[in-house]
Amino acid sequence: MIRFENVSVTYDGAAEPTVQGVDFEVPEGELVLLVGPSGVGKSTVLGAVSGLVPHFTGGTLRGRVTVAGRDTRTHKPRELADLVGTVGQDPLSHFVTDTVEDELAYGMESLGLAPDVMRRRVEETLDLLGLADLRDRPIATLSGGQQQRVAIGSVLTPHPRVLVLDEPTSALDPAAAEEVLAVLQRLVHDLGTTVLMAEHRLERVVQYADQVALLASPGSAPVLGAPAEIMAVSPVYPPVVDLGRLAGWSPLPLTVRDARRRAGGLGDRLTGRDATRDTPALAPAALAPAPAGPAPSAWSRRLRGKAPAAPGPAHPAEVRALAVRRARVQALRHIDLAVAPGETVALMGRNGAGKSTLLSALVGLLEPSSGSVRVGGVVPHRTASPELVRRVGLVPQEPRDLLYSDTVAAECEAADRDAGAAPGSCRALVTELLPGVTDDTHPRDLSEGQRLALALAVVLTARPPLLLLDEPTRGLDYAAKVRLVAVLRGLAAEGHAIVLATHDVELAAELAHRVVLLADGEVIADGPTADVVVASPSFAPQVTKILAPRKWLTVAQVREALS
Amino acid sequence: MTDAPGRGRSRHRAATGGRGGTRHTPVNAPARPRPRRVATLHAGAWWLWALGLGTAATRTTNPLLLALLIATSAYVVAARRPDTPSARSYTAFVKLALAVIVIRLLFAVVLGSPVPGTHVVVTLPEVPLPDWAQGIRLGGRVTAEGLLVALYDGLRLATLLICVGAANALANPARLLKSLPGALYEMGVAVVVALTFAPNLIADVQRLRAARRLRGRPDKGVRGLLQVALPVLEGALERSVALAAAMDARGYGRSADVPAPVRRTTTALTLGGLLGVCAGTYGVLTAEGGTYGLPVLFAGLAAALAGLRLGGRRSLRTRYRPDRWDVRARLVAGSGVAVAALTVLASVRDPEALHPGVLPLVAPTLPLWPAAAVLLGLLPAFVAPDPALDPKEPSS
Repeated sequence: MIRFENVSVTYDGAAEPTVQGVDFEVPEGELVLLVGPSGVGKSTVLGAVSGLVPHFTGGTLRGRVTVAGRDTRTHKPRELADLVGTVGQDPLSHFVTDTVEDELAYGMESLGLAPDVMRRRVEETLDLLGLADLRDRPIATLSGGQQQRVAIGSVLTPHPRVLVLDEPTSALDPAAAEEVLAVLQRLVHDLGTTVLMAEHRLERVVQYADQVALLASPGSAPVLGAPAEIMAVSPVYPPVVDLGRLAGWSPLPLTVRDARRRAGGLGDRLTGRDATRDTPALAPAALAPAPAGPAPSAWSRRLRGKAPAAPGPAHPAEVRALAVRRARVQALRHIDLAVAPGETVALMGRNGAGKSTLLSALVGLLEPSSGSVRVGGVVPHRTASPELVRRVGLVPQEPRDLLYSDTVAAECEAADRDAGAAPGSCRALVTELLPGVTDDTHPRDLSEGQRLALALAVVLTARPPLLLLDEPTRGLDYAAKVRLVAVLRGLAAEGHAIVLATHDVELAAELAHRVVLLADGEVIADGPTADVVVASPSFAPQVTKILAPRKWLTVAQVREALS
Repeated sequence: MTDAPGRGRSRHRAATGGRGGTRHTPVNAPARPRPRRVATLHAGAWWLWALGLGTAATRTTNPLLLALLIATSAYVVAARRPDTPSARSYTAFVKLALAVIVIRLLFAVVLGSPVPGTHVVVTLPEVPLPDWAQGIRLGGRVTAEGLLVALYDGLRLATLLICVGAANALANPARLLKSLPGALYEMGVAVVVALTFAPNLIADVQRLRAARRLRGRPDKGVRGLLQVALPVLEGALERSVALAAAMDARGYGRSADVPAPVRRTTTALTLGGLLGVCAGTYGVLTAEGGTYGLPVLFAGLAAALAGLRLGGRRSLRTRYRPDRWDVRARLVAGSGVAVAALTVLASVRDPEALHPGVLPLVAPTLPLWPAAAVLLGLLPAFVAPDPALDPKEPSS
């Protein structure tokens, strides 16, 4: 159905081709997963199918890409629109109209389908994707999972024979991701749609793939094969494969179910051993220098920049009976939370459960409608921002929001100034977190993971005892995630309290001492990671599911226990 | 493309279990089928109705008639407003209208009024101005007559604004753009995209100003705004490029092959028509062009419209559930046009009643016939479909 014939793509101004030697065929009705680390050209390969590469992005494409016999060289993207449906990484930038129903009809209108056909297909698609109750809703008011489903629906209505998806589940909570994947599977099984999809969160998708195409490193030719074979050699793999490799299972299990059936022996070997946390034990107040007084006085404000902020005897974060209303919606109600120095807390829950709102309240971006928030002894929304950055730092969901300058060096200087830190402190952090990044690099040219590290360095320049991260692993591959985990563990060992809002159950399992589950703005579970995630089917990491009822969380724990 | 519908149908059968072509087989969600979308009256009808009421407002300064116009439009809005974000903007328009009246009155108080009045309400201290500012007065006598003229005038403008607000509340302007002729469709999409981009831009500014606070910089003030301007524009540009790619991949701008002669005729008709419209307008507006003005204007308009119609051939597009121009739409639009026409007629026949005098100071009276004409504007409250009762409407 999709045939790549010795394709290489070189973008304008690049010395090396971004991808080369791409030569494989996706048969009709199969779901093929494109895997590989960040920056190997997965999006380029996907773009070549719809013709956006090179017609829209520029650059030179050598070789031939044909979709159902149509050559993308001679067919522009709009002339492939009836054949290929493409959904990019960000569904919001995909929408042309403002309501669900109009969005579903848009593609068909462009193709000039008859009104009665359009009407019928819109109704079918609304039912197929479970969107019927949302048909009149403005798209901007939908949740992330709903938006992703609308985006998929909007390319489904013209009945394309090929569907190309770039990271369809990365931004979604586990339940919403399952919803989207269930739809994809249904399309492949019932309608015979051919799906080519790239995704970093392999633990969610690999079991649905008929074949996997691996782009192992930049410029290397992709290898196509059965999922289990490819996973055995792939540099990126989900925890279930990691565990399978560790235990020496062959063929490798790809689903939790397969792994469970084989895990009997492994379970026996693990009996009697305890799941030791490999995260460091709480190091109380290791960070805190001499406490200089609990409340910010006029003096300490005048002396800012002389010494790192003193957290005082108070908790880095203390939230009591907090309620927040946002635009007539009760975003949070009656939240109690205290975070100790050196503790890592993962906030989890559905899209829209109030995780980001809680983080915003902690950095004083939102005013509580009742209850109290104290961060290092001060009330965040009443504290001047230069004062506050030395008590709490937030890395937002889009780290780029924090970066304004056009070089890394300028960014670091500005960060030193903002935080009142000694010149060079930010640069030292950047060197530590991001070895090999030169001063004159533009922040925009960094990869997602590097940009996150730079934003983290900027925030850490003020040495806040409380560090907040909103969805830090969005768009990160496994290697970048491992580096992030190492950095955050180091910070926790130094005594930083860390709160991260995340959908990534594997990350929470690796890092968090404690998990707080939110639903509809309320805390529904709060306890040690092992206890909370083991009890919840959707938030349990794969290793926990495989080795249940024993409380193992990560492959690293198992590896340590076995050695 | 000719085989697409057939293929679609057979695929659907496969999807829903293969029995017949039943249309509403609920597959996934047991959703209650909602046969009609909210507020199905043609958007153009609502705008014609509202503009008719607005036109009527411009022909009178009688506060009773103006109040009647406001009440009429408000009643219709209250009765037939759908529950959409644009419908909630009605209150914003009402507030704006109030602000207009207040500002107009303030000007009358501070700058005085050209109306010579005898009933002095209050005398403000007058600011002496130099000679070159003759004719401008700051402070001084405030007369009841002057205030009343200002109030009437402000009320007229406020009524006009409220009528536009009513149209906005009853029919989203984006829906109006969907009724554009095929040749202008692409322009319409550009406007719709721009309309949806504005809220995104505001959200971006808010997010980036919040991010400034995270870096320990003040998030208020002009400098703060300027510093986020560049990242905001950058983000908007990136989003536009992403959107353009998505639109291209979804078939935006596919066009049919049109023979060269037709293309040339289209260009000639459109350009010639627009030239004719310009020349005709010039003729109508200048004194000496009285004879040729109107004919040239109409000929130009006709040519331009023919050009647009011919240009529409290039477009393959079809419309999904277009607003239909049915009896209800005609009644709604007709009621607005009737209000406008009758008020214009009344203003020619009996200008005194529609422009109550303030010299001498008299209470305005309600002229019977124009008031009855304005009440015609209430018709949509009864003939337009009620969005609240929507699910019970027949399906087509």
